[in-house]
Amino acid sequence: MSSREKILSAIRSLRLEPKSLPDIPHFSNPGNLEERFTQSISGNKGEVLSKSAFEEWFFAAGFSKVISLSVQFSELATLSLPEDPHALETLEVAILEGQFGVAENGAIWLEDSQLGLRALPFATEHLVIVLDRNRLEETMHQGYEKIAAAHSGFGLFLAGPSKTADIEQSLVIGAQGAKSLRVVLI
Amino acid sequence: MTHPENAAEFLKDSQKAKWHDETLWFVRDKRDKVSKGIPEWEQLRELASGIKDNVLANLADYLEEFERNATKNGIIVHWAADSEEHNRLVLEILQQQNCTAVVKSKSILTEECHLNPYLEKHGVEVVDTDLGERIVQFLNQPPSHIVLPAIHLKKGEISELFHEKLHTEKGNEDPAYLTQAARVHLREKFFAAKVAITGVNFGIAETGEFVVCTNEGNADMGVHLAQVHIACMGIEKILPRRKDLGVFLRLLARSATGQPITNYNSHFRSPSSGKEIHLILVDNGRTAQLAREKFRNSLKCIRCGACMNTCPIYRRSGGFSYNSTVPGPIGSILSPGLDLKKHSSLPFASTLCGSCTDVCPVKINIHEQLYEWRQEVTKTQGEFAKGLSMKLANGIFKSPLAYKISGSLMRNALKSLPNSLIYHPLNIWGKNRNLPDAPKESFQQWYRKNRS
Repeated sequence: MSSREKILSAIRSLRLEPKSLPDIPHFSNPGNLEERFTQSISGNKGEVLSKSAFEEWFFAAGFSKVISLSVQFSELATLSLPEDPHALETLEVAILEGQFGVAENGAIWLEDSQLGLRALPFATEHLVIVLDRNRLEETMHQGYEKIAAAHSGFGLFLAGPSKTADIEQSLVIGAQGAKSLRVVLI
Repeated sequence: MTHPENAAEFLKDSQKAKWHDETLWFVRDKRDKVSKGIPEWEQLRELASGIKDNVLANLADYLEEFERNATKNGIIVHWAADSEEHNRLVLEILQQQNCTAVVKSKSILTEECHLNPYLEKHGVEVVDTDLGERIVQFLNQPPSHIVLPAIHLKKGEISELFHEKLHTEKGNEDPAYLTQAARVHLREKFFAAKVAITGVNFGIAETGEFVVCTNEGNADMGVHLAQVHIACMGIEKILPRRKDLGVFLRLLARSATGQPITNYNSHFRSPSSGKEIHLILVDNGRTAQLAREKFRNSLKCIRCGACMNTCPIYRRSGGFSYNSTVPGPIGSILSPGLDLKKHSSLPFASTLCGSCTDVCPVKINIHEQLYEWRQEVTKTQGEFAKGLSMKLANGIFKSPLAYKISGSLMRNALKSLPNSLIYHPLNIWGKNRNLPDAPKESFQQWYRKNRS
């Protein structure tokens, strides 16, 4: 008997009493979603900023390796998306468009179509996500309602920069992935 | 070594033990604060528990549905009855790829299966990429906590270790500096690895996708750069519907570290074109635990670690004292199911205060199961020394004269017993505890004097 059959038959032989799958009620948490989203992102050690504040930061820093998949900021790109993700090793900035954000925790949903390469938001040194301020959801429940049955090979709720507190619980931003997250609300 | 013996070892460094206790309590406190911000928190716990009840009652059907959908999506699904088979499957995939160096993100399951030593024995270099896990790997230690793997170490120790392994400046203990050094080291490994191994937080039957949560982004750094992704998943990690993730992702990080969500929550459904995803479904004692009615609920665990952070014993004895892959209260009800003899002291590593049960996001009755395991241990191991003293007490309480005499003897004994007898190594409870002052007279004597 294969391990598959062994495991499945071991489970079935128990004849466990069926238990019904609970419905998830509608949890609502209305209010000023933009304000809450901004607070959540800043709690996750990212930053929400306006288009002009973003441009000010961007031009002052003088980056030379930039990939932009955002139509809003396509002119900022200095590189096009490579075929091999290994070429992202020294990338300074990636600018992506998020599908929607969740106010309760700052999570932003991205799929293959926004990412280009799945490694992009992780491998880049700085990550910028452009988000429509009218596309904010209250909680994760509304978030999953919004995704519903949409089909993507990869999807990601991204809520902040790479961070760790593994050394004596001291929070350090920029563990292995992106060292910063900036969300530009438009 | 039993839990009390290991705990005594941990407590020798009293300053560090105090820091450990306070730091974990701080994490517990953060969990309290963030959970209070969710008015429906208790309802979410109830829902999560109910969803898991349904999963465990229909596990075989869900596993088949999950396998069917994952396969349709292009994921290659494997089944492993035990840790040996799991490890063999991983090695076979690595050999097919001619891969001798692999990056791995946090996976309690691969710790449970002792995958690292197995792969190393077969000539594969394994690099744990979670910072805390890399630290303990450098020290040849297992993680001491499932969410905070290096919580038993102080930054001075890590600084010394990194000086030796990563050539950081001697004496530089700045966590930001040390993390940056690890970043450079680990990114080099990510960009060189052909295969990446991850654990799985949730597998969704309805879609065949699986979800991996990290804060460091290390799981994603590994898998999106590698050619092949191997995901190792315990069979109990199934959720029926995609929308169930709404409930579980709201609970997981809040319970674990007091954050509203982990920064990266990746949903893997199909491999990128030209790449491979292998998913290994592992039993390794889970069906046996499912068969134990009293302990079945322990399979609801989502590995948040909240029960560890709150446990007065865990905080004051350290993760290593449990000598079990999953330490703390939840480990003490999971591990006896795997090896009752080895882990027989764990169900006693608890005050049964119930705090673990109160914080558990999926409402596992942890302290009740600890109590139940004590009965099992006692049954299998026969007469304990404790059993003998109970018999003695039984004799004393049966005879009024014996009771009177023994009472007066005890009152005198409490005063005059030498400490060496009370704080005897066999009397574990004597450690760090003082005997109360004995009253001069018994209640009967007092009553006669004052009320008659």
